[in-house]
Amino acid sequence: MARNVTTRRKIITTAAAWTIGLIIFFPIFWTILTSFKTEAQAINDPPLFFNFDWTLENYAIVQERSDYMKFLWNSVILAGGSTLLGILIAVPAAWSMAFVPSVRTKDILLWMLSTKMLPAVGVLYPISLIFVQFNLLDTRIGLMVVLMLINLPIIVWMLYTYFREIPGEILEAARMDGATLKEEILYVLTPMAIPGIASTLLLNFILAWNEAFWTLNLTAANAAPLTAFIASYSSPEGLFFAKLSAASTMAIAPILILGWFSQKQLVRGLTFGAVK
Amino acid sequence: MSLKSTLCAATALSLIAASGAFADSHSATITIATVNNGDMIRMQGYTDTFTEATGIAVEWVTLEENVLRQRVTTDITTKGGAFDIMTIGMYETPIWGANGWLVPLDDLSAEYDVDDILPAMRGGLSHEGTLYAAPFYGESSMVMYRTDLMEAAGMEMPTAPTWQQIRDAAAAMDDPENDINGVCLRGKAGWGEGGAFITVTGNSFGARWFDEDWNAQFDQPEWAEALNFYVNLMNDYGPEGYATNGFNENLSLFNQGKCGMWIDATVAASFVTGDDSTVADSVGFALAPNNEGVEKRANWLWAWALAIPAGTQQEAAAKKFIEWATGTGYIELVAANEGWANVPPGARTSLYETPEYQAVPFAQMTLDSINAADPTNPTVDPVPYVGIQFVAIPEFAGMATEVSQEFSAAYAGQQTIEEALAKAQAITNETMEAAGYR
Repeated sequence: MARNVTTRRKIITTAAAWTIGLIIFFPIFWTILTSFKTEAQAINDPPLFFNFDWTLENYAIVQERSDYMKFLWNSVILAGGSTLLGILIAVPAAWSMAFVPSVRTKDILLWMLSTKMLPAVGVLYPISLIFVQFNLLDTRIGLMVVLMLINLPIIVWMLYTYFREIPGEILEAARMDGATLKEEILYVLTPMAIPGIASTLLLNFILAWNEAFWTLNLTAANAAPLTAFIASYSSPEGLFFAKLSAASTMAIAPILILGWFSQKQLVRGLTFGAVK
Repeated sequence: MSLKSTLCAATALSLIAASGAFADSHSATITIATVNNGDMIRMQGYTDTFTEATGIAVEWVTLEENVLRQRVTTDITTKGGAFDIMTIGMYETPIWGANGWLVPLDDLSAEYDVDDILPAMRGGLSHEGTLYAAPFYGESSMVMYRTDLMEAAGMEMPTAPTWQQIRDAAAAMDDPENDINGVCLRGKAGWGEGGAFITVTGNSFGARWFDEDWNAQFDQPEWAEALNFYVNLMNDYGPEGYATNGFNENLSLFNQGKCGMWIDATVAASFVTGDDSTVADSVGFALAPNNEGVEKRANWLWAWALAIPAGTQQEAAAKKFIEWATGTGYIELVAANEGWANVPPGARTSLYETPEYQAVPFAQMTLDSINAADPTNPTVDPVPYVGIQFVAIPEFAGMATEVSQEFSAAYAGQQTIEEALAKAQAITNETMEAAGYR
């Protein structure tokens, strides 16, 4: 039965949603604003909102000091590569869990998720030693595999939820028409699940882009992505807030733009399966 | 294009791009891990001069101090070999040197003149007499105060003040109506933040972390006296929320003219007299204080130094770089291009004998502060450790961070000083027992 929604209630909910949204966005807004201040203006008390002389000096300094494009390219490769690798592994895994579940499927799904509950630093030394043994330190390929493994449980879970929405009868029909397993997954299941795969891709791209533990601890000069670029502008001894803000703005800008254009898919991806 | 071929093409593309990392290696390239501070960033700007002179290319990895510490520690303990030179401090150097993780710097060239390194720095960066890291710049701590406010109050800051004189000066300069705090000091949790400050304050009241048998000493009256003095001083004349203020927060307050005094790293002198400071023309300097009758002052000793991890493939090139970056030639290069106030301070005796550098307002007080610090004999009563604001044992960083968290909770009024000291005593003794010292 539909509820009666009064205008007053609508106004309150809208105002609350906007307030929460603005509170969440405020730190990003403040970072962007600070990036246009001088170091002295950045720490001014009371804080300066718009009444300061805007400057692009920080961006010029950051551009001069760091090879932004190198960090950006590494971020794109790592986030993109790890997400694609993850999808390649997760599609068959999610297919088997969704369409041919065993008695242990639920347990496996939960166990996979439990690996996300382990603090990353707990396996820093084992992973570092494996990287040293296989000469993978500071290589994009090594980091790509680690990022893929970290996000794999989420990718599998998301795809599993999508695949469960697809009627098994359609796949059965394909089988009866003589489709092999590979053809069934590639030509029947995947095209039907494209919206779900797209939102999974997007969300995991963002998660890999933002990952700031392994990308700092397993890289040096060659494979370091934008997280390392930001870390190079932070300092406990010396005021670099304006420059740090400029570096942060440059690091988050690509993902903000991507998020803006793909927000429909993202919201759908995050809320899918919530209403049943 | 079908979905299958799209996926294959994208995967192949990312793998090709990823493998590009392998093709970048160059035999005469050294990779240096370093911290983000003004002097280190300046040095990066002069890298081309080094490369032109030696043909050795340099790759920089600049990280925030705590991230760097974790990164280089992981690298050296797993023999990762990602770096040919690491920027480390006085805390790590003797421990890592003793473990055989660093290349001894005992064969530097005659022109380098290793004897020119300030004795306190050399001592703190050595293990059993062998130098393991060359200081790029060094610092102690000192009092920075507003000469205009002192003058207005009709007071004069002694060159070597006592804590009581600091309190009197703070009382005189404190002016809440004009948003001026008498004194700004670190209170933020963390062994290198508020932990460092309260440790040296303890030293200046005759306290110590351990007795000679590694028993914690937080139950002794000197610690209670030091903590009570600090908390009363800050509650009476310090800024609101001082329990979360570290170096940067106090620097920001001082530069905006909101502190009468600030006791912190000597390296801050160039910031408070620099372009970003609103009080640059009215800053005076004095030695860190002591409690009346206690010979030790509340000043620390720290150096950021360059070390070579054992097992590097580029040892010769790395040594060449260290000689260039920490030698007198580099100081002259910076002085010629950017003036004497911008050269890395606190590492070499000859710098303080240079007439042009003697004219820099904070030069003499920095040297006096460094010379007043003795890392091998840091406290009034004897201790089994080396280090002034830290104890050079691997367990210290974790333990001291926990202790400083308890202290910060007391500063914030969440617990009493007695409770904080009792917890500090328990944390320290438990850690030392678990590590087998007791």
